Amino acid sequence: MPGGEKIRICQQCGTCTGSCPTSYLMDWGPREIIAAFRAGMIDRVVKSNTIWLCTSCYSCTVRCPAGIKITDLMYELKRLAIKYDLVPKGGKGPAMTKYFVDSVHKHGRNHEVELMAKFMLTRDWGLPFKFAGTGLKLFTAGRLPLFAKNIKGKDELDKISAYLDAQEAKAL
Amino acid sequence: MRYLYYPGCSAEATGKAYDISTRAMMGKLGVELAELDDWNCCGATSYFSVRELDSFAVAARNLAIAQKQGDEDLCVICNACYTTLAKTNRYMAESTEVHEAVNGALGAVDRAYDGTKAVRHIMDILVNDVGVDAIGEKVTRRLTGIKVAPYYGCQYSRPMGDFDDPEFPTTMDRLFEALGAEVITDFSGKAKCCGGMMMLTKEEGALRLCHELLKGAQDGGADVIVCACPLCEMNVEGYQPRVNKAFGTNFDIPVMYFTQLVGLALGADPKQLAIDKQIVSCDRVVAAIPA
Repeated sequence: MPGGEKIRICQQCGTCTGSCPTSYLMDWGPREIIAAFRAGMIDRVVKSNTIWLCTSCYSCTVRCPAGIKITDLMYELKRLAIKYDLVPKGGKGPAMTKYFVDSVHKHGRNHEVELMAKFMLTRDWGLPFKFAGTGLKLFTAGRLPLFAKNIKGKDELDKISAYLDAQEAKAL
Repeated sequence: MRYLYYPGCSAEATGKAYDISTRAMMGKLGVELAELDDWNCCGATSYFSVRELDSFAVAARNLAIAQKQGDEDLCVICNACYTTLAKTNRYMAESTEVHEAVNGALGAVDRAYDGTKAVRHIMDILVNDVGVDAIGEKVTRRLTGIKVAPYYGCQYSRPMGDFDDPEFPTTMDRLFEALGAEVITDFSGKAKCCGGMMMLTKEEGALRLCHELLKGAQDGGADVIVCACPLCEMNVEGYQPRVNKAFGTNFDIPVMYFTQLVGLALGADPKQLAIDKQIVSCDRVVAAIPA
């Protein structure tokens, strides 16, 4: 992660947590995540709900006086959680992330309807009922196309990933 | 004036009206858009969460195509696409390691990218290339008396900050002032988060954020909220009934893509701007614009 080493100069001022629109829902706020991470409590950091509640609004990143890219740090922690299978069981955030990337590889683009359908079936059965009125309006306005369009070069995305996986394996 | 154009995935579904109105509005301004050949998803926030180098490489496939297709800057309409593509440029410039890895991966599909394609948000192009005065001169229906809450969202000027302030953006304010609208320049939510994908993964959190946004717009007396991102638009518009249920409120605020309202001021027909695709009816906004 470019610039990742800056985490060493965090002075624990808490601007990140104070700027975070969802910190009130988190096990630990971003400031505590950095403290725990530096203290070597990687396991607890990666298992926290914090990383899955980051919306990528970048408020912390632009305000951090030490220039730490906190949003990028959250991405790094999500990647670790996925890599070592430390995601919360039945978690909605990790599922959404995975289905999104799957859709991109399958079609070359994210097919929103397929993504929502898959998410509904596996994580939130209640969604169609909660969202019925608006869903119907979106559908009749043509904003929910049922069929995905595949791009011509969709296989290129698999090849890009395969290449990078091979490079990573070589480096180990 | 001509640009390469990256619509983004939402522009084919929930955000269709953004794409349609962008093309119509740019047509009125005499700006030519050439859609990027066989573009792929930028990867958005999700791809960063799964694999880092892949996310840059997947985004860079688009930039490689753009570089080959023409010398024009790449015009992007979605905030998330804009930030993802611009961030890829920046990280490739900051790190030779990223630059080399991305080009290695692109090489596997016979592509290459030198890192120099300018990625531009459509608002940046309107305000800084076309110019608000030039746009103002083309107005046929001034937006006199229309009170606009400019909603920029997060990944508009954060974290890049290339063309506007990360905390208190003003580009869209200036644009609508030039069109004669009354802009709520101190709209409290202008650069706050709508919750994004969290609307599906932790609904109560995202509803609270949207409630604050809607309340800020209502307190400011907004006739319409204008957005520059399809995810913001979807959450702030489509979830008003859910917000009302959760907070006992009664919001029924029209929400438009900014391109739709600019298009109206430039004399485009509401149908051409896909205004009928909005969930909260915008008829009263259209009717209130002096002929």
